[in-house]
Amino acid sequence: MEKAKQLSVSAIKNGTVIDHIPADSLFTVITILGLEHISNQITFGTNLESKKFGKKAIIKVSAVYFTEEEINKIALVAPAARLNIIRNYEVVEKHELTLPDEIEGIARCFNPTCITNHEPVKTRFSIISQKPLRLKCHYCEKITDEEHLTII
Amino acid sequence: MNSLAAKSLVSINDFSTDEIERILDTASRFEQSPPGKILDSKVIAALFFEPSTRTRLSFESAVNRLGGRILGFAEAGTSSVSKGESLKDTILTVSNYSDLIVMRHSIEGSARYASEVSPVPVINAGDGSNQHPTQTLLDLYSIKKTQGTLDGLNIFMVGDLKYGRTVHSLLMALSNYNTTFNFISPAELRIPDEYKLFLEKKGIKYYEHDDFTEIISRADIVYMTRVQRERFSDPLEYEKVKNIYVLRKEMLGNTKENVRILHPLPRVNEIDRDVDDSPKAYYFEQALNGVYVRQAIISSILDVL
Ligand SMILES: [Zn+2]
Repeated sequence: MEKAKQLSVSAIKNGTVIDHIPADSLFTVITILGLEHISNQITFGTNLESKKFGKKAIIKVSAVYFTEEEINKIALVAPAARLNIIRNYEVVEKHELTLPDEIEGIARCFNPTCITNHEPVKTRFSIISQKPLRLKCHYCEKITDEEHLTII
Repeated sequence: MNSLAAKSLVSINDFSTDEIERILDTASRFEQSPPGKILDSKVIAALFFEPSTRTRLSFESAVNRLGGRILGFAEAGTSSVSKGESLKDTILTVSNYSDLIVMRHSIEGSARYASEVSPVPVINAGDGSNQHPTQTLLDLYSIKKTQGTLDGLNIFMVGDLKYGRTVHSLLMALSNYNTTFNFISPAELRIPDEYKLFLEKKGIKYYEHDDFTEIISRADIVYMTRVQRERFSDPLEYEKVKNIYVLRKEMLGNTKENVRILHPLPRVNEIDRDVDDSPKAYYFEQALNGVYVRQAIISSILDVL
């Protein structure tokens, strides 16, 4: 089963496969990882059938290995995503994501009178709870929840 | 070693319980015997992007009485900010002229940001609805001075408990002292859930009421705040409740001997004028305490003790 799904997006020889991304978060994940700025070969698949999610997306990046810090940033929008490290067409490592304690420059503070929405200040949040998602702004100390979350 | 030296004070949580108590002790020492011109040769910048005469005068008095100089502006209209200068540029410029910056701004988080870009320490004198830590410290000082302790007190908080930042910060600070809280407010202005959760996690007892006439006899401290018409979505609702959250002289009849009435001021009509003569009214002394507390904070940060 798993194999047939993997084949719906062409295989890579070496690199990283990020699977189980909710389909509507694909472009956000691309932005967070900065994939639009790299010149490596990247393949995407989206609106793939998934028993768990309904529609999922998958990203395969050739010859790129992310640091844990980089990859954990996407846990905010794709907490169930799974990471496969590929070497010579084989999955050599699998990772689940863990949300970091603090995130920087990814989300916007929902408070319109927060300094981060008035001056070019990089946003910073501590994650006070993952489920439900609650982020506390380092600057205005207000809580942004999932409903009010926007990714920069 | 003075752990407060060169430290910024943005949020009450920036100071440990130990540091808070040291500030209160220093303030008490200053009150009993004025320390003289210990801020001689120091320049303090007071940047009031948002006007607040009361807070600004308190800081000015604190600095002047210790022989320091104070410069700055009382509202953004008379500064380069009105020409569109960024907060960062203003702070970096002013830090060249001063040893410490006191700032008040209507934007939340502005003081935290300023403290991160400024080479000199920053004291937050109010950032929008967020924090006003020198007010919290003077409230703590007033409570300790009148009750002899911060431990095990029954604290009544009355009025706007939803938007009142002074209430929220004081609650956080007092949660380290085995306090019992009684929250008295109209339904629309109840204490937010996040603070209730916080108290529950710390095992602190609290009770919510919509009137306090019957229960005020149990209070050690009654902390009054203003209930503002603008806070109500329905003006009729305001009309219904506006007289419930007013403290009247006859309500003090069978209160405890040690009870004291506090208010962050300015008061409008939430405390009747005839309460002022009662020995239990403490709000004007509370304002005076602000001077000692601000002196203690500034001299601890500038390390001149
Ligand atoms: Zn914020």
